[in-house]
Amino acid sequence: MSVPTFRLGPAASKDRLRRRESPLRRTDWVLTAAVLALGALGTLLVWSATRVRQESAGLDPQGFLKRHLLNLAIGLVLAVVTAAFDHRMLRAYAPIVFVASCVGLVAVLVIGSTINGAHSWIVLAGGFQLQPSEFAKVGLIVSMAMLLGEKRDGESVPRGSDVLVVLALAAVPLGLVMLQPDFGTALVLTFVILGVISVSGASAKWIVGLLAAGAIVAVLAVHLGVLKEYQLDRFKAFANPTADSHGAGYNTRQARIAIGSGGLTGKGLFKGTQTNGHFVPEQQTDFVFTVAGEELGLAGGGTIILLLGIVLWRGLSIAARAPDLFGRLVATGVVAWFAFQSFVNIGMTLGIMPVTGLPLPFVSYGGSAMIANLMAVGLLQNVHLRNTEP
Amino acid sequence: MSDRSTLRLLVVRVLVLSLLATLGGRLWYLQVLAAGDFSTAAADNRIREVITPAPRGSILDAAGRPMVRNRTALVVSVDSQALTRQPDAGIAVLHRLALVIRVPVRDLQRMIRPCAKGVPRPCWNGSPLQPVPVLADAPPQVALRIAEHQEDFPGVTAQFQAVRDYPRHSLAAHLLGYLAPITLDQLAASQRAGHRDTDLVGAAGLEKQYDSRLRGVDGVRQVTVDHAGLVTGTVSQTAPVQGGDLVTNLDARLQALAEKSLVEGLTTARKGHDKYGRPYRGTSGAVVVLGARTGAVLAMASYPSYDPTVWTGGISAQDYAQLTSAAAGVPLISRATQGEFAPGSTFKLASASAAVRGGYSLNSTYQCPGFYDVGNARFHNFEGIAEGSMNLRKALIKSCDTVFYRFGYEMWLRDGGVRPAKGQARELFARTAQAYGFGAATGLDLPAEAGGRIPDRAFKQAFWKLRRADYCAGARNPKFDALRRRLDQEFCTDGYRYRAGDAVNFAIGQGDVLVTPLQLAVAYAAMAGGGTVYRPQVAKAVLGPTGEVTWRAQPRAVRRLPIDKTTMDYIRSAMAGVTRPGGTAYGAFTDWPQDRIPIGGKTGTAEVGLTKASRQDTSWFVAFAPATDPQFVVVNMLEQVGTGGAYAAKVVRRVLDGMYGVSGQHAIFPGGRVPTALPRLRPDGTISVVPANLLAPAPAATSPAPAATSPAPAATSSGDHADLAGALGVSPCICARSPRVAGRQVPGGRPGVVATVSAAEAKARAP
Repeated sequence: MSVPTFRLGPAASKDRLRRRESPLRRTDWVLTAAVLALGALGTLLVWSATRVRQESAGLDPQGFLKRHLLNLAIGLVLAVVTAAFDHRMLRAYAPIVFVASCVGLVAVLVIGSTINGAHSWIVLAGGFQLQPSEFAKVGLIVSMAMLLGEKRDGESVPRGSDVLVVLALAAVPLGLVMLQPDFGTALVLTFVILGVISVSGASAKWIVGLLAAGAIVAVLAVHLGVLKEYQLDRFKAFANPTADSHGAGYNTRQARIAIGSGGLTGKGLFKGTQTNGHFVPEQQTDFVFTVAGEELGLAGGGTIILLLGIVLWRGLSIAARAPDLFGRLVATGVVAWFAFQSFVNIGMTLGIMPVTGLPLPFVSYGGSAMIANLMAVGLLQNVHLRNTEP
Repeated sequence: MSDRSTLRLLVVRVLVLSLLATLGGRLWYLQVLAAGDFSTAAADNRIREVITPAPRGSILDAAGRPMVRNRTALVVSVDSQALTRQPDAGIAVLHRLALVIRVPVRDLQRMIRPCAKGVPRPCWNGSPLQPVPVLADAPPQVALRIAEHQEDFPGVTAQFQAVRDYPRHSLAAHLLGYLAPITLDQLAASQRAGHRDTDLVGAAGLEKQYDSRLRGVDGVRQVTVDHAGLVTGTVSQTAPVQGGDLVTNLDARLQALAEKSLVEGLTTARKGHDKYGRPYRGTSGAVVVLGARTGAVLAMASYPSYDPTVWTGGISAQDYAQLTSAAAGVPLISRATQGEFAPGSTFKLASASAAVRGGYSLNSTYQCPGFYDVGNARFHNFEGIAEGSMNLRKALIKSCDTVFYRFGYEMWLRDGGVRPAKGQARELFARTAQAYGFGAATGLDLPAEAGGRIPDRAFKQAFWKLRRADYCAGARNPKFDALRRRLDQEFCTDGYRYRAGDAVNFAIGQGDVLVTPLQLAVAYAAMAGGGTVYRPQVAKAVLGPTGEVTWRAQPRAVRRLPIDKTTMDYIRSAMAGVTRPGGTAYGAFTDWPQDRIPIGGKTGTAEVGLTKASRQDTSWFVAFAPATDPQFVVVNMLEQVGTGGAYAAKVVRRVLDGMYGVSGQHAIFPGGRVPTALPRLRPDGTISVVPANLLAPAPAATSPAPAATSPAPAATSSGDHADLAGALGVSPCICARSPRVAGRQVPGGRPGVVATVSAAEAKARAP
């Protein structure tokens, strides 16, 4: 490759030495460590966000903590399984994963429950809920990578027809998610599609065309009244934060107060007044970053951003060194997903992005998201193991 | 893989980096650069102030008897904000509430609508966020029904609140005043004084005048709350400081006697008839009792009166209409301080003083013909009777108008008549009247006092300027008859002139002269008490929470009268003859022990108009007692009644009877002196009532003084006070300090103490 590869840390530089070592030794441990650190931090933050409220409601103060740890454990197991999967099998399973996630998205429209305006959840027994759109992200990434990564003779870039097929395929989960309506997830899928098609090497006109189409759809959505009122309110509150301090602007204002009052080192874990007073709604899920900001300050918030940066950087390195386009596109898709979702989530708590119901990867409470995120990390490790295969 | 793919991967790296850098930068801004603002916002968010209202002080009479105190009552309030949020704007709830508390829905709606321009009363003048009290003293079953069926009454509460209690009902209603929710304007004006939008503030009377002393300092507890407002902890706490108890110069028994005598006087007068044969209407009246040497207001009655409890917990539409209705005589107005009436012959005090200042000798004799001609106008003596020649003493005793007409006319001529040269008009009549305090508010420590009117030359000018345009238009108005047009034309061209008729009428307290009963009392007190005009004073002292005196009123001298001692002695001695045989008030004092307590006085019968359609005469009597060493001044005014000698003098006589214990009752002031001692607070929080004869600084010779050798009872803060007082043969009253109410808690109360009061008072009343 003529373009320099970016490598980080000793693990990357010792690739050659590891060539003949066991898969366990060849795992990207920096990535693993960053993800585990995020998971541990998230566990503390979710606990802090829910402890007092659970107690005052007469519920188990550690209820969320326990379920979060369970989610984390399930996710880690599935991540290991995903990482250990034979990548050939992975391609074979890709259509099944895709169809399954689309079936899930249809199911949610039929039997799902509405939470915060989005009809996105299937309520399971035992207090667990399933959010098929999270798994749809995994399914879409793998399927797109499979379609675009299938090499034809003598071609290094996908044909236009391939791109069209991919777009048609991607339109299915995208449309289903829009029907819920879950615009946050739809945006994530859009950026994943954009990222994967870009890195696949497809013609630039596709990228420009996709961006233009996205802009037109956005304008139409506003003008044709497709967006619900609460969604418009969120955008209005974003555009003019002081306008409505009790309605849509309330969440974002309380979030900024929580983070801003944290200062450099924060008020101390479990000592956040905004957190314990439950001033920030949805704090264990979409606004979990505010707990870090308030209780751990710039040190804690900065650490989370740094850890996410490491995850993304390792992901991009894995993509760069992937031996085949399939692996590269899988890694790229996962990175696009994590990057966009992290930016929007933290950005909305900081008041630089409008409020969209997206969780912070590895940190927010939420089983489906946690499991899907960790499975995606498993995919990255899977690609990484292929890179270093003997 | 293509280079294009790798290149694009690089672009993705740059994008990801810049996104992360954006987040980091923004985080830095929020947590480092703007951290201070957000810390404040976080504190504001979670800290709330919980107010424990300070118990308001009581208002006591001079001996410590409570006239206003606190008690708890179940108050039903409506949160109009909560109602408007209901689908039908709360109509259904109001209908249900109306049935339960038996107040018409229309009235409820009026009470809770916010006051604004063009919204007639009753309306809600307080903060729109504050629940509006619609029923004070709800029966417990009503309150329970509302409290237990909140699903039927969303936005309606029934809670214990501290309300003002008037143990003597309507007694001294005009003096005490009432509380009303703080208005938004007041709130804006006094934010720094610690007022809150839920405060009740004094809206009239002593409650308003001494609001800051009575109100105390609310306790503040800063608590931390969660997003739902639930308390999670306490940050800081200050205990409420209860308001001071206001001790007044009033004597509750004298006040009661004054009010009773006033009503009796009017009732009696209504049985009499005017010269047209119509019964006297007796529409209103006032009694004022002042300490002649201090200006202390000992009693002040006004008829018609009202029960101040109508204000408690929000006044109803019906009650407010009644208080302000002309048909009911506008009971809200205090006739003693806000009523302005022609003083008639009582004004001859000022006129006689002015005449002496003008050079008329005390030793000369003056003619008292049946009429006095000024130009082509004839001014009649009272009922046109000619009395022959007399000295000034007899002119006052007989109240000869023609003598004073002459004084007025001649001095008007000396002033230059209609066209005085510059500086020629000395206006001694007007200036002397003003020196007595007429024509300006006395400075009484009660709000909204009327100033009366002294129509001098400047007044005529000002009035003419004000009304000239109307009259000039009237002179050309074809709808008016010829006489009306001519009168209007006269005013239009010459209305500014101070004419002889003005001066003549002025001399006998008629024409445009208007005084308040209080002004008359102040003027006579100045003359009787030795020549100093005092500001009348209702409040005497303020006792702090532990009974210490935190404020003490001092007699406030306004000025000395511009009259020499000889003249004052002469007038005083002359007026002592008014209640004697041949005097205009002798009828009311035939059996008075003049040898022990000589009474000086002056009658007045002011004509309000000259035609049959006009109002009936205003009847006046002013007394000072004892005439030889005046301590008290008593004024009575009866509106639309007959002569002062026939009616008002009798009311004053009844009051004097009680003060000195002449007609068999216990004397209210056995020493014949204005009380000066203060009641004390006992260790158990009750006020020890000082027996009246011990309040006086020195017992008068005219009164048996069993207490002369007793130690001051105030010093004995023991429980045997009632016995001591009982042994002394005077009315004891162990008055419970009002149960202090904190917040919305139900106080423990001290029923035993309250019972003691009744028992002690009952015992005292027994012969």
